[in-house]
Amino acid sequence: MSTDVRPDPVDAVAPEPLSDHTKHPGRFGNRLFSGISLASGILILATLVAVAAFLLREALPAITSSTQDIADFTRGLSLGQYIAPLVFGTVLAAIIALVIAVPLSIAIALFIAHYAPKRLAGPVAYAIDLLAAIPSVVYGLWGFYWLVPLVGPFFDWVSTTFSFIPLLADYAPPAKNITSAAVVLAVMVLPIVTAVSREVFLQTPRLHIEASLALGATRWEVARMAILPFGRSGVISASMLGLGRALGETMAVLMILAPFAKGSSFFSWHILQSAQHQTIAANIAQQIREAHGLSVSVLIASGLALFAITLVVNMIARWIVSRRAAFSGAN
Amino acid sequence: MSKRIDVSDLDIYYGDFLAVKGVNMAIEPRSVTALIGPSGCGKSTFLRTLNRMHEVIPKARVEGKAVMDGVDIYGRDVDPVEVRRQIGMVFQRPNPFPTMSIKENVLAGVKLNNKRLSRSDADALVERSLRGANLWNEVKDRLDKPGSGLSGGQQQRLCIARAIAVSPQVLLMDEPCSALDPISTLAIEDLIAELKADYTIVIVTHNMQQASRVSDRTGFFNLEATGKPGQLVEMDDTTTMFSAPSQKQTEDYISGRFG
Ligand SMILES: Nc1ncnc2c1ncn2[C@@H]1O[C@H](COP(=O)(O)OP(=O)(O)OP(=O)(O)O)[C@@H](O)[C@H]1O
Ligand SMILES: [Mg+2]
Repeated sequence: MSTDVRPDPVDAVAPEPLSDHTKHPGRFGNRLFSGISLASGILILATLVAVAAFLLREALPAITSSTQDIADFTRGLSLGQYIAPLVFGTVLAAIIALVIAVPLSIAIALFIAHYAPKRLAGPVAYAIDLLAAIPSVVYGLWGFYWLVPLVGPFFDWVSTTFSFIPLLADYAPPAKNITSAAVVLAVMVLPIVTAVSREVFLQTPRLHIEASLALGATRWEVARMAILPFGRSGVISASMLGLGRALGETMAVLMILAPFAKGSSFFSWHILQSAQHQTIAANIAQQIREAHGLSVSVLIASGLALFAITLVVNMIARWIVSRRAAFSGAN
Repeated sequence: MSKRIDVSDLDIYYGDFLAVKGVNMAIEPRSVTALIGPSGCGKSTFLRTLNRMHEVIPKARVEGKAVMDGVDIYGRDVDPVEVRRQIGMVFQRPNPFPTMSIKENVLAGVKLNNKRLSRSDADALVERSLRGANLWNEVKDRLDKPGSGLSGGQQQRLCIARAIAVSPQVLLMDEPCSALDPISTLAIEDLIAELKADYTIVIVTHNMQQASRVSDRTGFFNLEATGKPGQLVEMDDTTTMFSAPSQKQTEDYISGRFG
């Protein structure tokens, strides 16, 4: 009972003279470390600025030229008309992918972090992590040869059953539509979102889990009361990482999605029809070989748009996270 | 609203480790039962068996009986979730949900029961519970602010409000004042004295004065030796325990001549 009045161990050693700072063993390491982290911070910023500057410089000819100058390449569209549907397709594919991947990831992460028996949790987590190691070409092949034929009948059923919903109407095989591409994207972002979510869920303080259990929460209610709210900002960050990957993914989309004809410009909500969409990244990869001069500049301008989208997405994510910082549980 | 609990021959395990052995104890309704004893003797462990929180620790298990008003809470078809809804718990460290406002914290347990509360009912319940926990005057103007923005003592009273909002039969408290200053401690002791009118209260404490101030009955846990399981050495009216305990070790512990 009285053992807690021990002298503070700090008092026990003779205090070092204040002037002796330089001799302190941790001192040099400290400076080295802060130097390294400052340098890498600057390096990252510089790279970002350099990439942006490059994109801007190379895109400038296309931005400043008239529609006639680029009409050959864009089949008569202005730069804006050319890029806008690509932006639309990119964002749409990424959003569908997230709509599929995020709930699934949260469920898997919750399962691994809190509900699965230990013997199962480890292997499942490992298998999910392995998904991240598969190259995107392989995903493209998998989507092309396996997924597309497989989901065809399912899309057909959905489309006829829910034909009154314009979004889902008028499916026609083959299923090389934006939804198929998004499913593959979803599988690709799943490991990232799951891994990050799992980490945050694991950090839920034992105290909060027990607080909800003691109130008579079931397992699912524990997740809803303690684990999910606590992990909310982490899951948002995870989703944004996934979104970044989905927005920029080239190969899998290129191999699966049948794009709209070059030079057509529309914003189609028919997510089960093929030849309706194209993404920026896949479009660049597809067109860059036949492009030269000003056409290259047009493609780079579309790349600049992609860069801008990712920046905006990240800023929105930060804003969402900071808006409820007081409730985050970080304090 | 308050029930008695009769514990008989309770053995409490962590895996193969027998932490507490052979507890027999009667916990009277509308009274405060204090549990005292040296660190590691199993007070928290025992307390957590009373609302089946012990078994949330992997491999932890219990043998024996704990009967609340005729029903063995360890009975075959008793749902632990149901037990916990009737037996509230306040932890050593205040643990309001950081992602919820003060108001949401108070209502957290009520919402679990899937009760659809009208807005006015909810407001009334929040006020009643916060008043019951002696916190209303301090927080009534900031009910929508996060609960984690309160002081430690206020947070602990918020946790008490959260626990009594569901009108439990029994309230378990594990060293509820150990993280608090003397003034907050007194506030909570006063609160316990008031809550006694409606609830059965079991409190674990390291503070002898506190046990003698707030409790009607006191149970003393001890270890025979290190590595041996903890046991309930004796239990009696608090006045008797602190003036004339029947066991030598109880007297030694209470008078501070221990170990
Ligand atoms: N999660 C656990 N797993 C295994 N053993 C545990 C666990 N929690 C407690 N124990 C053991 O059970 C015994 C009783 O611990 P308990 O926490 O109940 O003691 P206590 O009386 O509450 O002590 P204190 O006064 O320090 O809080 C101790 O030997 C402890 O090491
Ligand atoms: Mg304890």
